[in-house]
Amino acid sequence: MADNILEVRNLSKHFKAKHGALHALDGVNFTLERGKTLGIVGESGCGKSTIGRTILRLIEPTCGEIVFNGVDITGLSHRQMRELRPKMQIIFQDPYSSLNPRRTVSQTIREPIMLNRMIRDKRQLDMRVAELMDMVGLAERFVNSYPHELDGGRRQRIGIARALSVNPEFIVCDEPVSALDVSIQAQILNLLKELQNKMGLSYIFITHNLSVVNYFSTDIAVMYMGRMVEKASVEELFGAPTHPYTRALLSAVPVPEYHEEKRKRIILRGEVTSPVNLPDECRFAKRCTRVCAQCLEGEPPLTQTRPGHFVACRNP
Amino acid sequence: MHTSDVMLDIRNLVVEYATVDGVVHAVNDISLSVKRQRCMGLVGETGAGKTSTALAVMNLIPTPPGVIRRGSILVNGYNVLRMKDTEMDAVRGKEVAMIFQDPMTALNPVLTIGSQIAESILLHEKVSGAEAEKRAMNMLEMVGIKGTRANDYPHQLSGGMKQRVVIAIALCCNPHLLIADEPTTALDVTIQAQVLELIDELRENYKTSMLLITHDLGIVGDMCDEVSVMYAGRIVESGTVKDVFTDTRHPYTEGLFNSLPNINNRAAQLTPIPGLMPDPTDLPPGCAFSPRCRYARSKCRERVPEAKWIGDTHMVACIAYEDPGFRIERSKR
Repeated sequence: MADNILEVRNLSKHFKAKHGALHALDGVNFTLERGKTLGIVGESGCGKSTIGRTILRLIEPTCGEIVFNGVDITGLSHRQMRELRPKMQIIFQDPYSSLNPRRTVSQTIREPIMLNRMIRDKRQLDMRVAELMDMVGLAERFVNSYPHELDGGRRQRIGIARALSVNPEFIVCDEPVSALDVSIQAQILNLLKELQNKMGLSYIFITHNLSVVNYFSTDIAVMYMGRMVEKASVEELFGAPTHPYTRALLSAVPVPEYHEEKRKRIILRGEVTSPVNLPDECRFAKRCTRVCAQCLEGEPPLTQTRPGHFVACRNP
Repeated sequence: MHTSDVMLDIRNLVVEYATVDGVVHAVNDISLSVKRQRCMGLVGETGAGKTSTALAVMNLIPTPPGVIRRGSILVNGYNVLRMKDTEMDAVRGKEVAMIFQDPMTALNPVLTIGSQIAESILLHEKVSGAEAEKRAMNMLEMVGIKGTRANDYPHQLSGGMKQRVVIAIALCCNPHLLIADEPTTALDVTIQAQVLELIDELRENYKTSMLLITHDLGIVGDMCDEVSVMYAGRIVESGTVKDVFTDTRHPYTEGLFNSLPNINNRAAQLTPIPGLMPDPTDLPPGCAFSPRCRYARSKCRERVPEAKWIGDTHMVACIAYEDPGFRIERSKR
């Protein structure tokens, strides 16, 4: 049997909104094998960040189960969660707002170690901070710098060092490179990959950039308005995309190659509608080019069409 | 080349900003031209000087702290840097219009979108208010928004729709030259595809020339005829998209391509450019890219590389090419 670090079953999160329930997540299921990366892609408002935060119980799920290392963590108390949290960490999107501007690099990195009482000796703590900075490629001279003195790439390295400081097994990377320039982006992606190989980390990699997940992930899940619409291995998803939304998403990505003829893109009409008080029909029906009568009757379930390839569409 | 074929001609432009930390050398002696009805991509990372170049063309560099030290800019024959403010008002919007990066901040939140489009029409054309409003509604329809929404305020629209409104304002007086500064960076991919398609279509209909500023080489490949690559305020390579994409010459351009994960080639390893962009108040001597360049040699640090033309359309500014046998890795493949 596969060694799964994480299993998510029927996870939903509904927020209360003015005019009813906002369906941020609706019945999401997936598993993450130890040492692997699951990429979660989708556009703004599809619920991808909500997934990341709900798994860590930074947001409480409305219903569903989150099984981490064989333990259902949805019912755990705050104290029990605190013991578990060192194993599950998160790296945030914006290295400008996720760091405390009044703390130095060293203070930021040592905080989680001290909170979890992992190292008490001051000298050992300094050594651990130096080791972590070395691990993420931050020069020692920045140890007493403040975040505003550093560029985005270095700030993101602090965020990574802080996540690594408590020896996690699993990290949620929530758009870790979207705020960075391309040349810096590649530096951070390579760093995350290297750390995974070295430490056997498991990642959930949340992004809107399909080229990035392609480079990074083993499996990919595509989200649309809180639902998982397609899930497959990277080769399968990029080689044989099945859901009409996935196809449009893939064809919309500009490719940095020269082409004599203009590339034919699938252009989706309309925009993502409001996830408040959803109708019964398939959520993608309004923008879908292949919509048929069946699609309006109810939401299609996520079904296996080929081994390991799941699609939620009645008319693929 | 006949001058009337050139819509925008920038010669030896130097833009500086005086700050407390010293003089920021934002644009350092760049020359570039956009041919009539063509699309030129201007590519580079944060701080390369792309937006300063665009603002200089609009004569909108905030002064102080900014100052245009040197250079000339001709927009459809008008020498914009020599113009008085009142003269410039007639050129802006009519000859050259700009689409800004962030549609959330480019619109006035307390005016309806219809009136913001009409404002621009009233400024440039002798029409009645009612006529301008009618044309504003037509413009909205053209960019794919129902004309009845002219009375909506910006907060009632989604990001993609706001950017359509910004495009409508830019195109309502049918300018000859459109400057788009990262027009889709704030948008989702499927919406980006819609907006790019819209710009392409309108450009075709109105025969507009365009300077497209972006950091995304993929967008350049899809939209542009020519491309200039900027680094630390200089153009390091320029040419047709075919020249630059298939016969890349400059080490920085190569570095950009190697940093991009390619959706069609998963096995390709990412080779990031080491180090960081130099501090624009303290640019390194010689070639500004040399500290990060894997091919750098001692003479690269001694003088600024000159533009070297390797074809009718293809220019590279790199000292290593003085050695006739020099090749970058990408061109060996």
